[in-house]
Amino acid sequence: MRRDTRLAYPYVVWMVIFIAVPLLIVAYFAFTNKAGQFTLENLRQIGEYAPVFLRSLLLAARATVICLVLAFPAAWWLSRLRVRHQRIMLMLVMLPMWMNFLLRTYAWMTLLENNGLLNRLFGAMHLFDLVNGINGLLGASLPTNITYFPMINTAGAVVLGMVYNYLPYMILPLYTIMVKIEPSEIEAAQDLGANTRQILTRVLIPLSMPGISTGITMVFVPSVSTFIISRMLGGGGNMLVGDLIELQFLGNSYNYNLGSAMSLVLMVIVLLCMGVTNTSGGEDGIEGVV
Amino acid sequence: MEHPIVVSLQDIMVDFDGEPVLTGLSLDIHDKEFVTFLGPSGCGKTTTLRVIGGFVQPKSGRVLFDGQDITNLPPYKRHVNTVFQKYALFPHLNVFENVAFGLRLKSRDEKAIRSQVLQMLETVGLKGFERRRVTTLSGGQQQRVAIARGLVNRPRVLLLDEPLGALDLKLRKEMQLELKRLQQALEITFIYVTHDQEEALTMSDTVVVMNEGHIQQIGSPEDIYNEPTNAFVADFIGESNILNGVMHRDFLVEFAGRSFTCVDKGFAPNQLVQVVVRPEDIQVVPAIQGQLTGVVRDVIFKGVHFEMHVEQGDFEWIIHSTRASQPGEMIGMCIGPDEIHIMPREE
Repeated sequence: MRRDTRLAYPYVVWMVIFIAVPLLIVAYFAFTNKAGQFTLENLRQIGEYAPVFLRSLLLAARATVICLVLAFPAAWWLSRLRVRHQRIMLMLVMLPMWMNFLLRTYAWMTLLENNGLLNRLFGAMHLFDLVNGINGLLGASLPTNITYFPMINTAGAVVLGMVYNYLPYMILPLYTIMVKIEPSEIEAAQDLGANTRQILTRVLIPLSMPGISTGITMVFVPSVSTFIISRMLGGGGNMLVGDLIELQFLGNSYNYNLGSAMSLVLMVIVLLCMGVTNTSGGEDGIEGVV
Repeated sequence: MEHPIVVSLQDIMVDFDGEPVLTGLSLDIHDKEFVTFLGPSGCGKTTTLRVIGGFVQPKSGRVLFDGQDITNLPPYKRHVNTVFQKYALFPHLNVFENVAFGLRLKSRDEKAIRSQVLQMLETVGLKGFERRRVTTLSGGQQQRVAIARGLVNRPRVLLLDEPLGALDLKLRKEMQLELKRLQQALEITFIYVTHDQEEALTMSDTVVVMNEGHIQQIGSPEDIYNEPTNAFVADFIGESNILNGVMHRDFLVEFAGRSFTCVDKGFAPNQLVQVVVRPEDIQVVPAIQGQLTGVVRDVIFKGVHFEMHVEQGDFEWIIHSTRASQPGEMIGMCIGPDEIHIMPREE
């Protein structure tokens, strides 16, 4: 046993140099001003950006919930397929991940734009004429000259981008846990009188809990700190913490002390959120992929 | 003691991917009986059990419960509980909650649930295990939890799918007796699936021998053992010497090159038959006194008896005897009229 710990040394060195030390540097900047003196001014200033933090958490939470709702039945269905079919379907789930992240998000831009593919498709289907007509019938206050649906540069587009990009990270951990559930465990619940809803709430969800909490972590964390998705799909009105932090380091407001403080606060918030999901999921002590 | 019929299967057909598993199976199961489905793997016994439990939908045919058609009723609406082959306990719940699972779905009376669960745990010998995690239990203990989890719901019928298969021999024997005791004490119909003929004979009131999706014979353990209806049953239930023979007339049969007196009658003159003689029913005597003589090929010690293979003509007899002969020795064999079982020959 003693000797095995040596195998971890390379990673420990890596971790110290590239994770622990940078974290300490971030913390140092967060609590100092440009002159290098200790200050709490940066943290105080973050209060002004509370709406951005709130929006980030809200949109990430929305995306996480949508991912969970979409992924849970999909993962269950996957886990019940024959092994050979499971492999093919899993590959299809992961396929979008092989494509460049930027490219995928650009694709959504061209789809969602005001004169983008979707709106042109709706126009060809005379959908706008139909909506205008109905609005005309319903009352004077409703617009009757719509020529497109506003989709790009909305909060909805940001959530869509998050769901699209991070859905596989919800499906995979759920699937990993669900494959281990024996069909006879579900049959036993049925046998003891559980209907479909009761099977879900009393057996399937509790047994999938480790996968659910891993999936939430893996979707929520990147969603809450993303800046590409909000920049490309959200326009100026849907700035997230990620964008804000980027601005402090690479943007006009160049203030890496404030940027560090924001990163630190975001990290604490994320850790708190994860603490909540992990204690609620792990109370039965089932060993999962977490 | 003929009890009313509780479960009735009528002309059940089941296919898996177009492969027929059950082809028109019909069977009545009486209340408060211990019924065993016995057969080799792939004979359709587990499928039959799952049809009763509602986990397999038959392609055609009907399942009646107390005379009511339940063919299309989902499992959770049936008054039947199952003990699954690999127990299928809920790993996220402790022993108490596993047993309480069914009760909690029907009632919110915490006090009643508690007393019923504790009483059932005591019945199966798991008093004091309530808070234990099921994953920390031994195979035998998990088995008991699975049985308690089914029985606590007071089903009319308990289905058991090879529940003792994973236990070691000694524990299996203990559990066999305990299951029988439970079944008699609670007066619940048990339908038990096994491929172990000894297990079937030990516990059952009625044994249903199955092969290739068909029922071969239904009867008490004694009937099945002593009066097998065909070569498959004779061969599957214990070891047998099965020979072709000719029924000359009532009470006289010829096999192994000579005529024997027997107790069977009612066959056509000179009808071709199969003759079954159990290995323990053959008396070993000095060669000169034997009805048949043969040469001992080998002798195997089996604990309570010796198993000998004896060559006589072109047939090799299996004989169980408490005294061993020497390999290569010439011995005589005697078979009494009662020990000869005659079945029509199948072709």
